[in-house]
Amino acid sequence: MHSFTEQLLNGLTLGSIYALVALGYTLVYGILLMINFAHSEIFMLGAFAGCGTLVALSALPWPLSVGAAFLMGMLACALVAVAMEKVAYAPLRRAPRLAPLISAIGVSIVLQNSVFLWRNDFLAFPTVFPPTQINIGPVTLSLIQIVILGSSLVLMGGLWLFITFTRLGQAMRACSQDREAAELVGIPVNRIISLTFFIGAMLGGAAGILYSLYYGSIKYNMGFLPGMKAFTAAVLGGIGNVPGAMAGGLLLGVSEAMGAAFLPEAEWKDVLAFAILILVLILRPRGLFGERTSEKI
Amino acid sequence: MTKKISIGFLLLASLALPLLFQNSSYSYVIRIFGLVGLYMIMGLGLNIVVGFLGLLDLGFMAFYAIGAYTMALLSKAGVGFWPALFCSVSLTVAVRALLGAPVLRLRGDYLAIVTLGFGEITRIVLNNWDSVTNGPRGISLITDANIKPVSVFRWTLSTNTDFYYLIFFMLLLCIVMTRRVLNSRMGRAWMAIREDEVAARLTGIELTRMKMIGFVMSAAFAGLAGGIFARWENFVTPESFTFWESVMLVAMVVIGGMGSIPGTLVGVSIVVLVPEILRNVLSPGLMSWRYLLFGVALVAIAVFRPQGIWPSRRRERELNAPLSEMKEVS
Repeated sequence: MHSFTEQLLNGLTLGSIYALVALGYTLVYGILLMINFAHSEIFMLGAFAGCGTLVALSALPWPLSVGAAFLMGMLACALVAVAMEKVAYAPLRRAPRLAPLISAIGVSIVLQNSVFLWRNDFLAFPTVFPPTQINIGPVTLSLIQIVILGSSLVLMGGLWLFITFTRLGQAMRACSQDREAAELVGIPVNRIISLTFFIGAMLGGAAGILYSLYYGSIKYNMGFLPGMKAFTAAVLGGIGNVPGAMAGGLLLGVSEAMGAAFLPEAEWKDVLAFAILILVLILRPRGLFGERTSEKI
Repeated sequence: MTKKISIGFLLLASLALPLLFQNSSYSYVIRIFGLVGLYMIMGLGLNIVVGFLGLLDLGFMAFYAIGAYTMALLSKAGVGFWPALFCSVSLTVAVRALLGAPVLRLRGDYLAIVTLGFGEITRIVLNNWDSVTNGPRGISLITDANIKPVSVFRWTLSTNTDFYYLIFFMLLLCIVMTRRVLNSRMGRAWMAIREDEVAARLTGIELTRMKMIGFVMSAAFAGLAGGIFARWENFVTPESFTFWESVMLVAMVVIGGMGSIPGTLVGVSIVVLVPEILRNVLSPGLMSWRYLLFGVALVAIAVFRPQGIWPSRRRERELNAPLSEMKEVS
């Protein structure tokens, strides 16, 4: 039982990171109906920008340097993502549906290889947190886990507040419901799309930093697997649906941690994740929380 | 007329290519073009799903892998090349049908993610099912005495040139077959589905059945290519069948021009050959830049020519023709 709660916590930690990345996929998909393949590279860029900041500011006490790392990482990712949208996706609004996908693959290759040219092997992520273990009742948590859970809660809560209560959030929701109608009532759709990429990339960048704080090393291709899992999580929760992405991420993280602990070989955990996905799609195609989209037939 | 001449010229050039390079220091060119041929076979298969049905398949490599592993395992068990190739194709088709049956009812985007998931599952299973697949070390077919040689009539195929010709003739067969199917009632039904499902349904096309046939048929191409690949390379490992490869295959079809056979062939050639050419012309200092350049090229093609390099003529006419011209065409 003890190991069960521990695995549950590990799963929630990992899952909250997946959830943050999944939000980036879901937000973009909600408006553009496009799978943003380059989002996993944004995640990776966040980790590298955070790493750079931490190394540069290593003299400062850790709350300051970590705060600065988050700020820098998120900002850098957001700017890259907005630029990427303007260059590679915006010209393709009226193109055949698969063209933006190819463009996204191209951007992904470009981003990954720009980092590869600079640094082609593992880079140690600075360890900033003291390895303190904290006991809450019967469970033991490391400081890093608390930071990850706490900050992703704050970020997700912030996103939810933003989307629900601000005018910009309202405009975002309008765009994802019906882009043309939104344009007709005077919403600057292109600006809202940029904003969506900005926010999604901020969350993705933060997730990249949290992920590398947890695992301790970064590499140019580190975004691929978490990115794919996060995408899975987004579909699991119903793609385009914000609370769904959060729930899907947590669910995927937990099932993965349980799979790693209780399956005979740890690698089978990935099979478990995808098998769950396929089952969900067959039994409940719109995802766990997806709205019923009107099917053509 | 010019079309016939250029096709004839292309055929002759492809036939002569190995003879030109066979005994030179550039003999690896034959290998690369053989590989291009295999990718073309797969591209034609994927084109049915992506180009004609308008569905996104992100796990196509899984079926290539199933074909290759079937061939490797059967060859090790002493089965001859042709029966084993038949089994590769059949098993691939069967697995594809099992996957397609529940999934094809879903909307297109979900198909993309299910195929992606299936591709990853296949790779992980191949990596971890040690007792059968030998895990990440892969299966080598070189040292086993059990293995029967690949023979066609009374010739035995062993060199790169031999396999080049085998692949070439298989490719011709696939091209002819695809052409025939696409211009048949079925091909037209697929195009109708791609353009508008509701309208297609109203004209009496059985959506799920038609999608299923296309979806399953496409996998046969992958199984065929996989089977040949396993005996040519004499070695299979899970690492040849990554998600990335599946994505690149989709890129090949889309770059060439979805739904167009020459387009697919051109797209495959570009995506496989350009990095190879860059490898040879770039100075060592620029070598590591070639993937970066390739990425830039992908973005540029998508932005400036979203319909692909060689789009299907019929489709282009439908999409761009002014109304007056439409009447003429129909």
